[in-house]
This record gives sequence, structure tokens and C-alpha cells, in this order.
Amino acid sequence: MKKTRSDEAPLPPACHSTNKPFENGKKPRAHSQLLSLLGRRFCLGLLTLLALSAVVFASTQILPGDVASAVLGRDATEEALRAFRQTLGLDQPALLRYFSWLSNALHGDFGLSLANGAPIIDQIRFRLENTLLLAAVAAIISIPLAVILGIVSAIKSQGRVGSFLNISALAAISIPEFLFGYLLILVFSTQLGWFSAISMVLPGMDLTQRLSVVILPAFTLAPMVWAYTMRMTRTAVLSVMSQPYIEMAILKGEPRSSIVLRQALPNAMAPLISVVALNLAYLIVGVIVVETIFVYPGIGQYMVDAVGKRDIPTVQACGLIFGATYVLINLLADLLVIITNPRLRGALK
Amino acid sequence: MSFRFSEPSILRIEQLSIVARRDCGEEVTLLDDINLELRPGEVLGLIGESGAGKSTLGLTALGYVRPGCHIAGGHVFFDGMDLFALSLEQRQKLRGRRIAYYAQSATAAFNPSRPIIDQVCDVPVRHGLCSRQEARRRAIALFRSIDLPSPNTFGDRYPHEVSGGQLQRAMAAMTMAGEPDILVLDEPTTALDVTTQVEVLETLRQLIRERGTAALHITHDLSVVAQTADRIMVMRKGRVEETGAAEKILLAPQTPYTRELVSVQMRPHMTPTGPPRADNMTLAVNDLSVNYGHMRVLDDVSLSIAPGETLVVVGESGSGKSTLAKSIVGQLAPTAGSIRLCNEPLAHFALRRSRDELRRIQMVHQIPDTALNPQQKIRDILARPLSFYFGTTHQQACLQVMQLLERVHLPTDCADRLPTQLSGGQKQRVCIARALAAQPDLLICDEVTAALDPIVAAHTLELLREVQRETGIAILFITHDIDAARRLGDRVVVMQKGKAVDSGPIAEVFDSNTRHPYTSKLLESVPQMRSDWLDTLIAKRRGQPSSSVDGAALEL
Amino acid sequence: MIIANQYVPTRALAGMGITIFIILAVAFGPLFMSHGPNEIVGDTWDAPSLFYPLGLDNLGRDMLARLLDGGRATIGLALAITAISFLIGVSSGIAAAVAGGWLDAVLSRSVDLLMSLPQLVLALIILTALGTSIPVLIGTIAILESTRVFRITRSVATGVAALDFVQVARLRGEGLWWIIRREVLVNSLPPIIAEFGLRFCFAFQFIAALSFLGLGIRPPNADWGSMVRDNAQAITYGVMAPLIPAIAIALLTIGVNLIADWLISRNSPAVGEEQ
Repeated sequence: MKKTRSDEAPLPPACHSTNKPFENGKKPRAHSQLLSLLGRRFCLGLLTLLALSAVVFASTQILPGDVASAVLGRDATEEALRAFRQTLGLDQPALLRYFSWLSNALHGDFGLSLANGAPIIDQIRFRLENTLLLAAVAAIISIPLAVILGIVSAIKSQGRVGSFLNISALAAISIPEFLFGYLLILVFSTQLGWFSAISMVLPGMDLTQRLSVVILPAFTLAPMVWAYTMRMTRTAVLSVMSQPYIEMAILKGEPRSSIVLRQALPNAMAPLISVVALNLAYLIVGVIVVETIFVYPGIGQYMVDAVGKRDIPTVQACGLIFGATYVLINLLADLLVIITNPRLRGALK
Repeated sequence: MSFRFSEPSILRIEQLSIVARRDCGEEVTLLDDINLELRPGEVLGLIGESGAGKSTLGLTALGYVRPGCHIAGGHVFFDGMDLFALSLEQRQKLRGRRIAYYAQSATAAFNPSRPIIDQVCDVPVRHGLCSRQEARRRAIALFRSIDLPSPNTFGDRYPHEVSGGQLQRAMAAMTMAGEPDILVLDEPTTALDVTTQVEVLETLRQLIRERGTAALHITHDLSVVAQTADRIMVMRKGRVEETGAAEKILLAPQTPYTRELVSVQMRPHMTPTGPPRADNMTLAVNDLSVNYGHMRVLDDVSLSIAPGETLVVVGESGSGKSTLAKSIVGQLAPTAGSIRLCNEPLAHFALRRSRDELRRIQMVHQIPDTALNPQQKIRDILARPLSFYFGTTHQQACLQVMQLLERVHLPTDCADRLPTQLSGGQKQRVCIARALAAQPDLLICDEVTAALDPIVAAHTLELLREVQRETGIAILFITHDIDAARRLGDRVVVMQKGKAVDSGPIAEVFDSNTRHPYTSKLLESVPQMRSDWLDTLIAKRRGQPSSSVDGAALEL
Repeated sequence: MIIANQYVPTRALAGMGITIFIILAVAFGPLFMSHGPNEIVGDTWDAPSLFYPLGLDNLGRDMLARLLDGGRATIGLALAITAISFLIGVSSGIAAAVAGGWLDAVLSRSVDLLMSLPQLVLALIILTALGTSIPVLIGTIAILESTRVFRITRSVATGVAALDFVQVARLRGEGLWWIIRREVLVNSLPPIIAEFGLRFCFAFQFIAALSFLGLGIRPPNADWGSMVRDNAQAITYGVMAPLIPAIAIALLTIGVNLIADWLISRNSPAVGEEQ
């Protein structure tokens, strides 16, 4: 037990309303505090989305020189340039363009691709489904296992099991996705011929076919997510385990497994939610590289292609979608963390 | 498998040695050849300074050794069983049920996300003592017997929803719920205000006496242990100094260390009233008020200090005394009022004061470990104020640093060391030397002895008195320790909840009959080294109309 | 093992060994090469031989030479990015922690905003707009990375600035610069140094990933990420060519991670288990 010789009473001075000593009328206060915290975080999330859209839009407008000549080339005629600018609406002031772009996007209209002139939304519909399938499969095979192993490695932190898990997680983080990807292709595709190296998705494929195509990419994405989740879970659980009330539970004779399950984990809920959310968000971004390795038709590969061709409307659209997913996942996580805060739990009773 | 045979002692420790091993392989001895016996129903006080090993010893009674430590020899017998020869499960069956632990800090011991009553019922339910409903019933009865407010619903609260004193007493209920044979009280009242301490001590004593529990009462405060202990064991650096009946240790200690420990904690004589007050006050504070948001932390406080005088500001936590120090020194801006140094007004913020004004007020902080930059050598720490305020050259500074070290009775080879290589008491002396280097008019001491052991604290107070005699500086001494106030102070100001409720020469305020009721309560709550002190106080209080039983009124 | 009065666990030693080996190889290796990294010396994906221990790449160039040369580019870039991001992040983090007030508020809110957007996506968008020249690469990634450095520096520095000895310096009347340099910075270094290792790994992998996606260093200059991309086809023929630069990336990252992991665990004690 920590030995402090200070004269201060164990509790800090009651500046925080939930620290008021026992009195009636306590519930309404915590309840309104909970709602206000939730409300504030939600508004912050909306603001962030707005800012994200502004950043996405603004960064594509900072091209040095002129968009039209950059895309059409130096030999384009004046007429062609002017027509191009008109179609893109580049003759209007930036703010107006931003709002029209944003309102169109919210209605599902992302404009036309500069590469092939087709509506971007069609491609996005098709590819978003693929990306979500890939992300879902990768998440299922990595996150639950990682959380459990993270808890186990926190309990057995000194033993050989703990060290082994720690080192293997470290290795998994260090190894780039393309190494995994090509190794898997080498073994399962080239040598064993079980899966194809290029993951083509054709309309009309049923679920099993889709899954067989998604398996290798998912297993390429999984190790990093697994490793990060495991390590962060371990850190979160360890920090809860080093709290003084855990030692008190030991001294009350509670067996270690019971301590972990009944005392530590409920307090580790909040950090664990953050860990899972963080890694889900990482997953969303990680698909970009993996889809390129396997030429899997998802949004990630779409965006990389578009960047290579400087297809600005497509890059904007993909950037907006990725960014929005990322922000929304973090928002959801923060809201959950607020709800599971034990100090506010009284309000939910 | 060990079989039990009936013994007269419930706990017997034989030749116990415990060693700690650090990562690099270095070994430190925590306990060396300890022998101890505890009979059923007996209370043994374990006295010692920090680092003496008392907590480590207390934990072994539960068959527990902190991670990184191991037993190097000896045995611990509980009711005839060799605790460390048992399996972990067998020890877990005993913990909480037959041997219980009472921690120093209740806020640290309770899980913040479970209601209090669940945690109180943990032990009886898990050990099969009774059903859950029965355990709840008994817990509520326990709450009622120790005068916790609204006992029927108190337990449904979470730990952060009750006051510190209430939580500390709830922990007493939690410890007793398993009806243990032995209670290990690990510094149970050290972190509490004196007024709360009285209530918690009373609760503990009542519970122990009612059930005839044996107890190990671990503390560094002899007056506190005098209230509960039948026998006392004095420990020093992992070894036993002396053991004996409580009265004998307190009245006729044998070893020089114990004698010093006792003499340092006895009611001190007061310093005779200082020199007559001059007209030009070193410090004059008028109607000072400070707000934190809507809360008034300091309310219309006025005081003055003459040159060469020591003013003691006494108060419990939440009284505003630290805020007072921070305002005077310029860390916090007051909402109203004025501060004058030698009759010249001072700007509210330190940033707006001149360098010389800053030089003339120096502060020594409570915790010496964080008051010294761990990366700077002592010489550099002490030389900086010299070069900053007086522009002394490096050579001159080195000489003056030596003089400063001598002045605070530190060996001169300290100059080349880093703060981490000094003890707590030595570090505090360095802080005092650093303050003196600036040749201030006023020295503010903010709880400077609170983090020190009793003997070291007494020496530090003597040093301050000596320094004042030599240099004639004024001292503002902030403390919660009434005995320290008596030792050092000429005049005193008593603070309660931001207001100065009493002030005057110390003899008047402390010993005459015209006192503010809070001052009376404060003074009578200071434990004295007489074993009947607590009984007399409680009897006296019960005879009076109810003053708040629970320390909550005195805490924010 | 004990080095200079400090206990160093084996895994940290292994990490140091790997890292030093790679850095030395990349720094001095090319000096011993008899041929340049862009010279064509044989057929596509020739097998390893005595002269060319790692075989040849997709255009018949020596893999080993390209590996050493590419290492300079990739590692050099990553170091430059990490150094710049630390310059920005540490100075703003400490300034925010020590000065507080509106400076802290403005910086923290901007960083919060930047960090709420995914790094790779932002980088891709900016690179689309500004092109992938070296200064743009360095600038973009450095600024994005500096947000994380800012966060951790500010958190450590705030902890240090709250300690009493910093108060003592403030009350003495010391200037802001003195406080930052002598009191706060000196005591904030250990966690910041550990973070440098982690950030380097991240920047390094980021550069490699960008190159792999075709957005990093332009050909024909070698760099580990684009080497993987160029040789990707080989895997379908059972040739290991793309694995070699990938393994090199993994090795360096593991090495630095092991060291950084040790430094971090030194700052926070482990929680033991009862025997």
C-alpha cells in the first residue's frame, strides 16, 4: 500500500460534483452530467466530420498551377481547358464549390471520375461492399483472439507464456504487410495452389466464393491488428492490475483468476474499448495496402489507382469515405467509454 | 501438510528474514531475524520510522510477501500452521477470514467501480460464512454500530460518493466482516486529519474490543499506538530494537533510539514569547480572499509577522492554509485583499514582482524529493540563487555553497552529489539552504516536516529555530501538527474552512480558556502519550451535546 | 548483462546488434560494391550466385547492391522525417506544457483535429495534390508525425512542469527559456528518446508502404518499398525476390522496436505475480 505522509484527507477537495458526500438528490446530477458529456462528445464528432470534409476538399485545391492543364496536359487547347474547368465547376469561388460538393456527397453523388468519366458512386457501391467484407473477416479472425491473449499475457506477465506472447507480438508489428502478403501468396498460392494470388471479385459470386477470395488478404491484414490489439490490451490490463485495490483483493484472499475477472476487467472495460476501436480504425486504413497487394477490388485499391492517375474527384470521394469511417469509429468508442465510466454508472441504475 | 497443535500464541514469528531482489540482481535486506509473539485478543504496536520494515512484517502475518521479495529464512506460524509452507490456495482461504488487513488509504483499497456493501460482503460470502442476504444484513448492522450515516443505504454508494473519514470507517467494517482472529492495521490513521483520526481510532478500538480480536497496530506515532496497544515492539532498519509492555516502553524506554523516539514525540514545552513586536511588519496580509471558481477558499484572512518572529498557521486539510502560502508567494492571484512586504505593496502575480521582491520571500516545500531537480548537483542547486540574485562568480559561489552546507549541518561532500543520493531529511536541509542563499526577509515553510520521520522532523525544526536566531528572518510556518506549532511558534493563526478563527500569541491561543470552539476541538484531538487519553476524550464528548461524530463537517 | 552500471536484458542487446549491423552495412556497404545499383548485370531474376549472393531483380540488376543503396535512401528519409517531426513536436509540446494558456489550447486543438483524421489517407490526398517529390514527402509525413510527438512530449512535460522544483524556478523569477532548458527538458528526455525509436519505425514503414504503392521515391533509384513492388510478380513463379527487401524492412523494424520496448519498460515497473 502506498504510504503517504501528507496531511491531506484521502479524497481531493470536492470541486468535482460527483465527489460530494452522501446526500439526496445525487442521481439527477450524475444523470445530467452523463447526458451533457455524451452530447458534447457527439457534437465534437460532428464538427470533426465537417472539418474532415473541409480538409479533404481544401487539400485537393492546393495544386500548384492549374488543375485543367495538369490533367489535360500542355498541348490542350484553350477551348478544351475552359470546357474542362466548367465541367468541374472550377470557375466558381472555392467556398461555393465546397458546399455544393459536400451537399452532393451527402446525397450520394460524388461526381464523375476524371479517368473514365463514369459516375464515381457506382464504383464505390461495388467496392465498399468488398472492403467491408474484407475488414469484417480480418476483424473477426484477429480482434477477439488478440483481446483474450492480451489478458492472458497480462496475467502471466513474468512467465514464459507472457514473454513469448510479447515477443511474437513485437515481431508481428515489425513485419510489413507486404511481407506477410507475399509469403502467404508464395505458400498458399504458388506452392499449394489453394488460393489464387489475385483476388478477383466478379458480380454474381456467392458468399463462399467471395470468402475464398478474401481469405488470403484477411490473413495478411490480421497479424498487425492482432499484434497491436494484444499489446495494447496487455498494457491496459497491466495498468489496472497495478492499482492498489488489486493488492487489497489479494490480501482478502481472492484467487487471481477471480480478481482478474471480477475486479480488474470491469475497470479495464473503458481502455479496452478504446483499444478495439483504435485497431478497427487502423484496419480501415490498412486495407489500402493489402488490397493493392492482392489487387482486390475494394475502396483502398480504388483510391491508390486514383492517386496514381491524379483523378481528383475520386480521391476526394475515397478520402471522405475513409475519413468519415475513421472518425465515426472513434466517436462510437468515446461514447462507449463515457457510458462505461464507473463514476457515472450510478446514473444508469 | 502441517497439523495444528494448540498454542498459547495466535501468531508466532521466528527468526524471520526477508530480502528484496532488484532487476539488476542487487539484494536488499528488508527484515533481519525478527521474533514476535501475539496472543489471542492482544494488541501489539509496531513502531518504527519509514524503511524499518514494519509494513513488510505486517504483511507476512497474512502469508504475503510483495513481488520481488522472498523469505531468506525463518517461519511465520499462525494458530500453529507454518504459513509459508502452505499452498497458495490454503493461504487464500485464511486471508480475510482469519487474518485481515486494514490498509492505510481507504480510497486505494476500495475498487471504485463496485458498491461499498458488495466489497464488505466479499469475504464472508466467499468463505462460506453465510449467505449473501445474511452477509448484507450483518454489514448493515455493522455500519449502524459504528455510527455511519443512513446505514441501510450507505453501502449502496460507490467509494467516491462518501467522505474520506466515512470510507476509512467503512473499511473497518470490511475488515471485520470476516470475523478474523488477527487484524493487521497498517498505518490506519496516518493520512487522516487529527479530528477524523479520533473517530476512526474509536471505531477500531470498539470493534477490536467487542470481538476480542488480536491486532498488529503498525504506525510511527507513539501517541496513537498508546491508545490501542497492550505491548509495543520498536523496529529500526529491519531489526527489533526493543519490545515490552506499552506503559514500560512509553515511560521507561531502554535503548537510546527508543528514548529519542519517545522524547521527540512528547508534549513539548513552548518557546517563551518572543521579542516585543516592532511596528514595521515584515509581512502584512489584509483581508485576503481567494476563489476557485464559485468556491471561496480563503475568506478575509488577515495576519502579520514581525522581523525575527515565527507565525504558525494551523489547520486541517481544506482549511486553506496552502492557498494562503501560494497567494503570498504570488502563485495564485487573490480576488480581494492586499499583501505588503515591509510596508510596500506586492503585486498579486509573481510574474509582476521585481526580482528583488521575489528574492525577499523564499519558500520551502513539503516534499523534498520533488522540490529538487534530480539532474542537478547540490552545488549547482545552491549556486543558482547566488548567481541569479547577487551575480556571484563561480569561484565565490563555490565557497559560499560550502558555508551554506555547514550552516544547515550537512557534510561538505554533499556538494558533489545528486539529490537522489541524499536522504529525505538531508534533502529538506538542502531546500532550506537554497532558501537561505537568497538572504530573504521572509521564509515560508509549507508543511516542511509532514513527509519526514519524527526524529528527523524534530531536528529540522531545531535547525529552523537556530537559523532564525542567527539571521533574524521572519518565518511563516504552515502545518497541521499542533506539537510542531508549539515547538516553533511565537504567534499562531488557526484556520478553518478558509477563515482565520483564532489568532494571537501561542500561549494565549493554546493554553488559556478563551478559545474558539474549533481551536478547542483541534487541541483536544491531538493524541497524547497516555493510554487513557482516548477513553477520557470520548467520555467527555459523549457527555456533551452532539458535535459532529463524523469528521465530514471539517472536510470540504 | 550489465553495461555501464545498467542492467540490459538480452532482447535489447539483440535489438541493438541487429540495428547496428544494418546501419553499418547500409552506410559503408556500397563503398565495397564493384558495380552500381542500377547496372544491369544479368537476366531477370537470376538465381543467387557467388558474385550476386542475393540474386538479380526484375531487370537483371544486383539485388544486394540495390538493397544497400536503397537502404540508404529509405533509412535516410525515415531519419530525416523523424528528426524534423521531433524538432517540431518536442519544441511545441514543451512550449505548450510550460507556457500553458492560449498557446496550449490552440496547439492542442489543432493537433486533436489533425490526429482525428487517418494518416495514410491524408498523406495520399496531399501527395495527389502536391506530387511526390522528396521535399513534399518529407514535409507531409513529418508534419503528420509531429502531432504524435507533440502529444507525448506535452504529456511528459506537463508532468514534469507540475513538480515543485519547476515551481521553485518560476518563483525565483527565471525566464521561460531557462526553465525549459534546465528544468523541464532534461527530465523529460528518457520517454522522448524511447518514442524516437518508435516513431522512426513508423516513419520507416510508412515510407516503405508509400513506395510500395508507387507513391514514394521515383525509379530508377532503389528504395526498399519500390523494390518489393517491382519484383512482386516473381512470387507467382516461386522466386523469392520481393521477399528480400521486405525481410530487410522487417529486420530493422524489429531491431529498433526491441530497443524502444526496453527503454519504455525501464520507465514503468512491471507488475509481479505472487509465487
